[in-house]
Amino acid sequence: MSQAAATIALIGNPNTGKSSLFNALCGGNARVGNYPGVTVEHKTGRLLLPLDARDPSSSTALIEIVDLPGTYSLAARSADEAVSVDVLSGAMSGVRRPDAVIVIADATNMERNLYLFSQVIELGLPTLLVLNMWDRVSSLGIQVDADGLSRQLGVPVVCTSASKRQGITEVRNSLVALLQSDPGERASAIVSRPTAASEFPEVFQRETDLLLKWLVGSKVAMERFQVQRLLIDTAEAHVHRSIPNHLTAELASRLTEARGRLSSAGVPIPLFETKARYAWIKSKTAGLIERPRQRPPTWSDTLDRWLTHRWFGLLFFVLLMFLIFQSITLVARWPMTWIEGFQGYVAATIESLIGPGPLRSLLVDGVIGGVGSVLMFLPQIAILFLFIGILEDCGYMSRAAFVMDKFMASIGMSGKSFLPLMSSFACAIPGIMATRTIDNRKDRMVTILVAPLMSCSARLPVYILMVAAFIPDIRYASGWLSLQGIVLFAMQSLGALIAIPVAWLLKRFLFRGEPSTFIMELASYRWPSWRVVFSRVWERIQAFLVRAGTLIFITSVLVWAAAYFPGDHAAVDTSTREWEQLKSSTDPDQAEIVRMEKSINLEKSRLIEQSFLGMAGRVIEPVVRPLGWDGKIGVAVLASFPAREVIIATLGTIYALGSDTDENSSSLKEQLQAAQWPDGKPVFTLATAFSIMVFFALCAQCASTLVTIQRETNSWRWPIFSFVYMTSLAYVGAWLTYNLVSLWIP
Amino acid sequence: MSSSLWTLCDLKPGERGRVVSVQGTDSLAARLLEMGLLPGEEIEHIGTAPMGDPIEFSVYGYRISLRRDEAGRVQIEKQR
Repeated sequence: MSQAAATIALIGNPNTGKSSLFNALCGGNARVGNYPGVTVEHKTGRLLLPLDARDPSSSTALIEIVDLPGTYSLAARSADEAVSVDVLSGAMSGVRRPDAVIVIADATNMERNLYLFSQVIELGLPTLLVLNMWDRVSSLGIQVDADGLSRQLGVPVVCTSASKRQGITEVRNSLVALLQSDPGERASAIVSRPTAASEFPEVFQRETDLLLKWLVGSKVAMERFQVQRLLIDTAEAHVHRSIPNHLTAELASRLTEARGRLSSAGVPIPLFETKARYAWIKSKTAGLIERPRQRPPTWSDTLDRWLTHRWFGLLFFVLLMFLIFQSITLVARWPMTWIEGFQGYVAATIESLIGPGPLRSLLVDGVIGGVGSVLMFLPQIAILFLFIGILEDCGYMSRAAFVMDKFMASIGMSGKSFLPLMSSFACAIPGIMATRTIDNRKDRMVTILVAPLMSCSARLPVYILMVAAFIPDIRYASGWLSLQGIVLFAMQSLGALIAIPVAWLLKRFLFRGEPSTFIMELASYRWPSWRVVFSRVWERIQAFLVRAGTLIFITSVLVWAAAYFPGDHAAVDTSTREWEQLKSSTDPDQAEIVRMEKSINLEKSRLIEQSFLGMAGRVIEPVVRPLGWDGKIGVAVLASFPAREVIIATLGTIYALGSDTDENSSSLKEQLQAAQWPDGKPVFTLATAFSIMVFFALCAQCASTLVTIQRETNSWRWPIFSFVYMTSLAYVGAWLTYNLVSLWIP
Repeated sequence: MSSSLWTLCDLKPGERGRVVSVQGTDSLAARLLEMGLLPGEEIEHIGTAPMGDPIEFSVYGYRISLRRDEAGRVQIEKQR
């Protein structure tokens, strides 16, 4: 790809319409990734600008826009803020130092938005201030003098309504002018740096100079802006990373001394920065912004009163969650059937082209089976992110967190954890991806780690099979309540119930320390922008396909290989070929087809028992015996670790039925009921069935989920932790269940 | 009137106050100040969440949600 002529950073508070502006400038072609080492989204887009503003026909240049995370401040307290500081100061590897900055501000809330602006202009980069939501300013009775602000702040100011695509041409023109302004003019803008203004006392300048001098003397290249952040940011000294190790101890003592001197001079770190900057903002905007003392009531306020109402707010929230949950499980079913049908078509095509053998088995059982299991989740992910996109963009998402916060905080999370956990009932993958909306790192980690306990849709087939085969069909309340339904519901709820103590323990022992905060802006409601919503859905789908798809592919090929080798498949391949010829012949002998199919499946099940997977099954048999399982169940469970729903097909293969088995297959049900131990007792008792169901409810049998956890936490530690804790929990749970049920119903 | 007796938690729905100070010097205090809860600013209690916590306030012309223990850090003087 060609090199961009210039890089522009786009930064602003959350809820300022930054995504709308980004989309309006760059169109749909955004590239999304993660910054190295952190889970902060790295989003870039490109646009073409004429090089010469006065001559639109002049050649155009490719400009790259870096969309920085929405943040209220550059004080590096969160990963988002640290990334913004690094990108803006050119310290982020792989990102060019920006040539200019666009600060987008909510024009209806100027003072608080100008706080971030006051920090950004310290960098001395050419800066453009965009006042967005301009269309709402007058309806709220607010008056903003944009020209006056431009003069006072020393930067160009453009007014836009980005969601209506108003003012975008002006933004483009201003960018061209900004990129072409000569360095001398830019330097003059530095005069207006807030830290150089009278609101920042001289002693602060002196300490900055002192520190800067020492750093230059120690051959550390650092800008004045970074030195100031070093001095002010006590919470997380992330700029320290650019300091060589042998200097860190001295830096720490120098900082402590400097802060001590500042504090005794009446300049307390860090709080004075905020007060000084707001004083600077007040002096710069004096007479330029007029706001009525009482905000005129808007439709947004009325709506808010209802949606956060004591009873109605809760009712609306529950109904909305029900709607989302139903859509993920029910609406997604159609596209999932299409994907399944398409997979079947591709598999049939391959089978008609390639004769039986290892290559065909690899393609059909390994690749299509594996990649297919990933593709199956796509409709659910798309639907969930469509809802999340709409709810976030219209402003309800923060209200949902507001409504649920008290309850979720009592079990160690925050209100923002609710939706991700709720959607994990459909599938943990979109649920874990949705935790990006949780800004507190510890709350987010706890949510990610308990999300796979929610009963996802892939567990349902296992429950249905076990319940149908082993729970008697007893009806209560004149047929309205069935015992099978009650057991099914209990199994579905088990994970969520277990998640409550797990979350509490995680918070208590692994993620203790500073209490989480819930300082959150409740932005005005607005109509969601479809462009923003759809581009977000598309970004998520892409990320899911690329990252999770590669690893699940490798895992499924490995499991296929373990089940295929080292057996000799020559005989079964020959009989499969004969069987296929017989089937396609004119007027085939049906009885013979059935007989051959049976013998092929018998041979296949023998081969699985001889395979590496089968050997592993015999090795683990003593381990699974206490759970009431035999070796066959052990193998099936082992094979289902990459994807739990695989157990149905594996049981089918092992019980010699062929792999085209589903949970409603009556023959599989009968085979399970008929299975016997060598001494003639049935393998599957009620206790065994419950033990298997509890194991599946609690176990981390999903490679895609583990890969998603790795991607979202940027570390292999957490997927390994999830796997170990959930598998242990599942084993203990299944053992307890088996023994308790055996005691109760011998 | 001794203003230090009141915090944001003491406001009832619809009542207004003026920020006197934010207690503490930790990152929570810094964040509260950054969000515009500065001494002298007027703040109004809009309503509470269905379970009584957190609380919604209006300050600087926008709406903010604070948990009770966060709101308790902000000292105010009540206004008519």
